[in-house]
Amino acid sequence: MFAEHAFALPLIFAALMGLSILAYVVLDGFDLGVGILFPFADNGERDRMVAAIGPFWDANETWLVLAIGLLLVAFPAAHGMILTALYLPVAVMLVGLILRGVAFEFRAKVAPPQKAMWNAAFFAGSLMTALSQGFMLGLYIMGLVWTPFTVGFALLTAVCLAAGYAFIGATWLIIKADGALQKKAVRWARRGLYGVLAGLGAVSLASPLVSPRIFDKWFTVPDVLFLAPLPLLAVALVAMIYVSLRHLPDSRDRFAFVPFVAATVLFAVCFAGLAFSFYPYVVPEKLTIYAAASAPESLAIILVGTIFVLPVIIGYTVLSYFIFRGKAGELRYD
Amino acid sequence: MDTLLLSRIQFGANISFHILFPTITIALGWVLLFFRLRYSATGDAKWIGAYRFWVKVFALSFALGVVSGITMSFQFGTNWPGFMERVGNIAGPLLAYEVLTAFFLEAVFLGIMLFGFSKVPAWLHTLATFLVAFGTTMSAFWILVLNSWMHTPAGFEMRDGVAFATDWWAIIFNPSMPYRLVHMLLASGLTVAFLMAGLSAWRWLKGERTGELRVALRTGVTLAAVLIPLQILAGDMHGLNTLQHQPAKVAAMEANWETRPNVPLVLFALPNSETRSNDYEISIPNGASIILKHDPDGVVPGLNDFVAEDGTPLHPPVSPVFWSFRIMVGTGMAMLAVSFAAAVLVWRRGQLETAAGTWGLRALVLMTFSGWVATLAGWYTTEIGRQPWLVQGVLTTADAVAAVPAPMVLSTLVVYLAIYAALIAAYVSVLFYLAGKAVKGSLGPVAPAPLAPGRPALQPAE
Repeated sequence: MFAEHAFALPLIFAALMGLSILAYVVLDGFDLGVGILFPFADNGERDRMVAAIGPFWDANETWLVLAIGLLLVAFPAAHGMILTALYLPVAVMLVGLILRGVAFEFRAKVAPPQKAMWNAAFFAGSLMTALSQGFMLGLYIMGLVWTPFTVGFALLTAVCLAAGYAFIGATWLIIKADGALQKKAVRWARRGLYGVLAGLGAVSLASPLVSPRIFDKWFTVPDVLFLAPLPLLAVALVAMIYVSLRHLPDSRDRFAFVPFVAATVLFAVCFAGLAFSFYPYVVPEKLTIYAAASAPESLAIILVGTIFVLPVIIGYTVLSYFIFRGKAGELRYD
Repeated sequence: MDTLLLSRIQFGANISFHILFPTITIALGWVLLFFRLRYSATGDAKWIGAYRFWVKVFALSFALGVVSGITMSFQFGTNWPGFMERVGNIAGPLLAYEVLTAFFLEAVFLGIMLFGFSKVPAWLHTLATFLVAFGTTMSAFWILVLNSWMHTPAGFEMRDGVAFATDWWAIIFNPSMPYRLVHMLLASGLTVAFLMAGLSAWRWLKGERTGELRVALRTGVTLAAVLIPLQILAGDMHGLNTLQHQPAKVAAMEANWETRPNVPLVLFALPNSETRSNDYEISIPNGASIILKHDPDGVVPGLNDFVAEDGTPLHPPVSPVFWSFRIMVGTGMAMLAVSFAAAVLVWRRGQLETAAGTWGLRALVLMTFSGWVATLAGWYTTEIGRQPWLVQGVLTTADAVAAVPAPMVLSTLVVYLAIYAALIAAYVSVLFYLAGKAVKGSLGPVAPAPLAPGRPALQPAE
């Protein structure tokens, strides 16, 4: 009974996976970014920075678990292929996630002399996570092949993604902070924007050059006309962020949300571009989502649950952001 | 050492580290809900005081459980790609349902539980506490469904070496699932009971005499005394279920080499896999037959039934299973003795100030982490007891391992082990640091208002 959905199901699951990766990059992106910005803040500011992400980070990170879960569930063959090829960067990321996740709790609970150590672990964990994810992205774009050139490119995307996270983290702090910390956040966001631009440029240039298939997709008429809005929108968003950052912080704190929202849309646009480039492949140039998909029966049973549960998840996530809206205050630890 | 062995050590270390923390959070969530409801019902500050202390332990344990759980979900792909390729059609949906029904629920409402006390109405804070407890239990349910299925697979058919689901009801309610789930939930309850009793006893010995300490001590001790008999009963039933479905595992647990009647209960022995017999055996005649068959003449299967034609053993390594089973049972017996004695002392007024009370409290401190010991030992019994199979009768561990170079696995293994050791040390020391602060009375509010000044600050009374 599921056979007629053999085409639709892998596509739906690829879309769901894309959605959760995007949710992860934006949501955990901003809290990882806050961790990366830690060394540039003083101790009082650090507590407020953590207060700005404390109630959210755990749920944010869950999108990664969902994304990897969907990959594993929907495309088991690709799951093994991708993760085995990325063995070392995955290990680095896991160590980073462990350090960062436990640092949240430990830095709030240990005796004061040890707090500095857990602050360092928080920064190191956030940076390791961001760099390794960027590295994996770069290597994925390069077709999961390890050569000096591909590794070099992956190192570049590693730095760019870390800068991108720091950037979106800074835009989040513009919303959640006030006073001197908000001013600092605006400065961080301005600098981070250059990293984002470098990353966008590198990926946009490299993907079509590495893969003739991607080149054809983007640069043949009439496709190029349909696709033109994507890069144009990206340019408009960058301009919007640039202008808003020049005018922030303003005295009545009216437009503090603009850079974060624009950055989110910018990330979504870039992600759509990448997704378009790689479709229908889940392992670049090797394995399509159709060849890698699980049995339709298994996909169908997950889909039923997802249709009911996902709106609920989104609902209570929104509730949590609503409850903890407003400026992050002093966080008292004991 | 080869990739297979290193990968097994790595996954074993990872899962051993991971299981410590869900074991605490599953039951602690419900205890916190109990404290929260008592506070709502009585308005007595001692209940919210106990909540505030133990919610910190919960948050810390939860964070460690999350990060080590993520590590595991990635290691399926990095180290065991064969697992998902062969049984992904069954394991996948179960894991997906765990993420969908449990992970997000826990993660989102944990934020409200920890930081929302003064931001949301009391009913919503109580609801958040319930949902977190419910989420951790759902999470345990799905994981144990999958784990039980790996021990007693059902409801599937093999096509070209790949498992396809035929009956989801049979997959979820596979033969060992109810026993394993109950055994694990009780193990979690006992771990929390002894942790709570142990840390509270420590605080008492250090001189604290607050109301919140009394209720936590009483809750821990009572919970321990009530749950341990239930656990012994559940464990026995789980054992009989294992005998039915995984006789080789039970043969290894009992170090019984020959299938025969009148099998003795081995108390001590060094199982010798060269001679295929036990050295230095001390045993109770007919004991194993009575326990497993409830009849002294009952025939109990032996390890020699599980050997291939060419002499390759198809049963698990005997010594680790035999010894971990004995450690689990021994710890359980100690739990029984200590919790009953402590329950008497705690419930009879004034008894704690006597010499017997002091010794009872010291015994509880000594048993603080006994739940961890028993859980890990039980986990090794059942998981090593499944070898050489990853999925009993379907997929061997050796067939699932990734072709990653051994030095790569070794390097990550060393890093993981170092981190796990450091984190366990940090975790235990922070628990006692927090307990010490509670003794000094310097423990402030647990849920500092993280948001705007001007909003109501944290107040004990809503």
